[in-house]
Amino acid sequence: MISAQSFGENGKMKDYHHTGPVEYRFSPYTFNGGTVLAVAGEDFAIVASDTRLSEGYSIHSRDSPKCYKLTDTTVIGCSGFHGDCLTLTKIIDARLKVLYFLVKCTWLHMYKHSNNKMMTSGAIAAMLSTILYGRRFFPYYVYNIIGGLDEHGKGAVYSFDPVGSYQRDTYKAGGSASAMLQPLLDNQIGFKNMTGVEHVPLSKDKAVQLVKDVFISAAERDVYTGDALQICLITKEGVKEEMVTLRRD
Amino acid sequence: MATLSVSRAPLGGFSFENCKRNAVLEADSAKLGSSVPAARKTGTTICGIVFKDGIVLGADTRATEGMIVADKNCSKIHYISPNIYCCGAGTAADTEMTTQIISSNLELHGLSTGRLPRVATANRMLKQMLFRYQGYIGAALVLGGVDCMGPHLYSIYPHGSTDKLPYVTMGSGSLAAMAVFEDRYKPDMELEEAKRLVRDAIAGGIFNDLGSGSNIDLCVITKGNVDYIRPHDEANKKGVRVNELETLCQTGDYKYKKGTTGVLTKVITPLNLDTVGEHVQTMDTS
Repeated sequence: MISAQSFGENGKMKDYHHTGPVEYRFSPYTFNGGTVLAVAGEDFAIVASDTRLSEGYSIHSRDSPKCYKLTDTTVIGCSGFHGDCLTLTKIIDARLKVLYFLVKCTWLHMYKHSNNKMMTSGAIAAMLSTILYGRRFFPYYVYNIIGGLDEHGKGAVYSFDPVGSYQRDTYKAGGSASAMLQPLLDNQIGFKNMTGVEHVPLSKDKAVQLVKDVFISAAERDVYTGDALQICLITKEGVKEEMVTLRRD
Repeated sequence: MATLSVSRAPLGGFSFENCKRNAVLEADSAKLGSSVPAARKTGTTICGIVFKDGIVLGADTRATEGMIVADKNCSKIHYISPNIYCCGAGTAADTEMTTQIISSNLELHGLSTGRLPRVATANRMLKQMLFRYQGYIGAALVLGGVDCMGPHLYSIYPHGSTDKLPYVTMGSGSLAAMAVFEDRYKPDMELEEAKRLVRDAIAGGIFNDLGSGSNIDLCVITKGNVDYIRPHDEANKKGVRVNELETLCQTGDYKYKKGTTGVLTKVITPLNLDTVGEHVQTMDTS
């Protein structure tokens, strides 16, 4: 078929020559989808994520949860590029093991050590910030949210950007459907844009129900969110997991 | 002296006058960080088969805008003539308008010939229009119908090429649907078997392709009869647990009480009007 592209500038046909393999700008990153959400209550915290792993228009896995348990009082949710999520959680685990080892060694030399042998959520958050900023010029393509209990036993949520900027929140949504979930949380938990409504503190059951409803809505409109929802409820008793099915289309 | 201005009659086809300006705008908006609004695509799974008595067409019902669902229940099987229907994938506006234009032209053609239109005629009209626009009209179609020569099924690509086949699939979920067809298609199937096969092919697209989703629409065309089944299968319901014994919705209650939206100021202006006269004009509803 003779097309316009085969003609050169002066009207003569261009010589047809084989170009070798052409590499169009290799990218080390890819987006694997997924949404993460964390809510802090009076004496509990919830970290929830969907379990779909996708790439482009395809689904890699319907059972790939994005919540990782770090300690008995801290869970981290990671979404973004799955390769970096896995590596980052391995690095955090390794750093925590090193710290426990060091603490165990020094404990023998100390007369009295505090009760909590585990790192607090705040300390883990600070450590993660330095890990992420260490890769400032080749970032981990991961959106992190840490949920857990602080040293006073109150719920805590820390949200991060890919290069380590973080802050403590009451609730935060991250990942592909974050823009849809965050305004709903602002309204239902933060009581924003509502007048004359009693600011009731969030109970555990209401919070879990809210998280389920919010993910059902996200799965309706975001193609990357769906399949199943994993909810990790963190209390002083430990971490309890619950699975809920979502739309699979 | 009056200036003479000649108003040009609008030329048919696309006008490319704004291309240069759009390129400049795109570059400018890229600098500012925003992006040019994209046309809404359907990101679809559509398919069709020929069975013993006619044609079965199938389609999903999700329309996406980027990776967000814009319409959860849009209709992708378009009417062309009483015996011909067409599924459309690609840019939503293009499939909608193209099928409407050809449907209108076919009706005039049918009145002129005095006969029921043939599928090959619709195919020829569609491909000639799409080729004329050199692929700029992003419409990928599955055209099917039954005419005096029997059942016919065509797939039509945006650049204007067509294929006449016993089973076809189009759209982003076409590979998933074709996988089902290649496994289970046989010629001269019965109606229920054919409907089940099309339903399963679209379901393959819905569950394995992120661009397709929601419900399954079917259209069964036989000699003298069309069965437009919308929806044939509500494959996904909102907030309902699949495979659970109780199918109760588990969502919480999010109703807002009166007064939740704060009113800052209220101004009431009474309009004192007198009725001067009354005249009733009935609407022509013939």
